[in-house]
Amino acid sequence: MSTFEKVVEILVEAKDLEAGNITETSTWDDLGLDSLDTVELVMSVEDAFGVSLEMDETMQTVGDVVKAIEALK
Amino acid sequence: MSFCILGTGSALPSRIITNDDLSQMVDTSDEWIRTRTGITERRVCTTETITDLAFQAAQKALADSGSSADELDLIICATISADYATPSMACTLQMQLGATCPAFDLNAACTGFIYALDVAAGYFSRRPDQKILVVAAEAMSRLVDWQDRGTCVLFGDGAGAAVLGKGEDLLAIQIGAKGNITSLYAPNGWGNSPFRSETMAKSYLHMDGQEVFRFAVTSMVQTVEQVLAEANLTKEDIAYLIPHQANIRILDSAVNRLNLPQEKCLTNIAKRGNTSAACVAILLDEANQTGKFKKGDLLAMTAFGGGLTTGACILRWSK
Ligand SMILES: CC(C)(COP(=O)(O)OP(=O)(O)OC[C@H]1O[C@@H](n2cnc3c(N)ncnc32)[C@H](O)[C@@H]1OP(=O)(O)O)[C@@H](O)C(=O)NCCC(=O)NCCS
Repeated sequence: MSTFEKVVEILVEAKDLEAGNITETSTWDDLGLDSLDTVELVMSVEDAFGVSLEMDETMQTVGDVVKAIEALK
Repeated sequence: MSFCILGTGSALPSRIITNDDLSQMVDTSDEWIRTRTGITERRVCTTETITDLAFQAAQKALADSGSSADELDLIICATISADYATPSMACTLQMQLGATCPAFDLNAACTGFIYALDVAAGYFSRRPDQKILVVAAEAMSRLVDWQDRGTCVLFGDGAGAAVLGKGEDLLAIQIGAKGNITSLYAPNGWGNSPFRSETMAKSYLHMDGQEVFRFAVTSMVQTVEQVLAEANLTKEDIAYLIPHQANIRILDSAVNRLNLPQEKCLTNIAKRGNTSAACVAILLDEANQTGKFKKGDLLAMTAFGGGLTTGACILRWSK
């Protein structure tokens, strides 16, 4: 499974989103996620990938998170 | 090491502050507060003191347990917002109730009620046949900065109490601490000491919301799993989870991670807000008074808070 697919899986599982609606360019706003949802996403990503991630202004889209994970792996 | 719960009680201030009321005071909205926290209103002390509420909660718990104050062997109050630095809230209650037993306060912030149950368990292991009154009471309205929208919308005031007696219903309990003075803290004032040179941060409650959020979710999941394992139980055995009420989003996330059905998680945050140590005690009493528990139900309690402290326990309901 690619990093992107895994992140999508996490979002679908935790936030009841439709996998088909999530793309690399989806912003949190597009997906209807607020700042606490992104905090939860970071927690799940850290558990799933065994990395330690900081959510900051540079992470605006699903693709940004995927890139950050790949840089840490 | 164990005890049973003989009775519970709780008391709230009469003044209700809605999200719309807060929107008149700080730059916030009902929509933001509801979606980010699940809170719609909270109770705040006006003319009543927190000692008054602690006293009312204690009297109700004594009545519910069929005990009188002179039967008490110990009073423990969990609070970070008592009316006096000294005497302790517990000593004040002892006087008001007409009890004659030892009495002291304990500070474990929002985990205070569970810390107090653990301390009580120690006394019961020394002498199983006795009665202990545990009260958790907080006037968070005296600690929060009413100009800081990031904290004042979250908290409320209230008191909860339980009378503990001889029994074997505490199946597992764990408390923990991870000392930290940056994520969640409220400095004491320096009075008017002419010798103190350094100025301290304001005596309000300060909080790194997202860091506390993460700590909260992680610790709720871990502590519940730990006490379940200690009691040799699985989550299917649990009738209800009685968690600290800090934010509905914390509860949703933790319940999801624990794989518990949502309806097993009791909550009153919508109308109470976060009453710190009192949350779990009030929630327990409200569920008891509405007849939610059946004899034999297994309850999991969990809390986290300033310290940083954590705690959880499994309690069999036998009333
Ligand atoms: C406090 C909490 C609700 C804040 O949610 P959050 O998503 O982390 O919010 P942030 O602090 O990132 O703020 C997001 C935005 O909302 C704003 N905001 C904060 N409080 C607000 C309020 N009451 N009304 C409107 N906007 C508010 C912030 O200023 C920020 O605006 P900006 O993006 O323009 O800077 C959340 O972090 C939380 O509940 N944490 C746990 C706290 C806790 O449990 N404490 C007690 C432990 S016992």
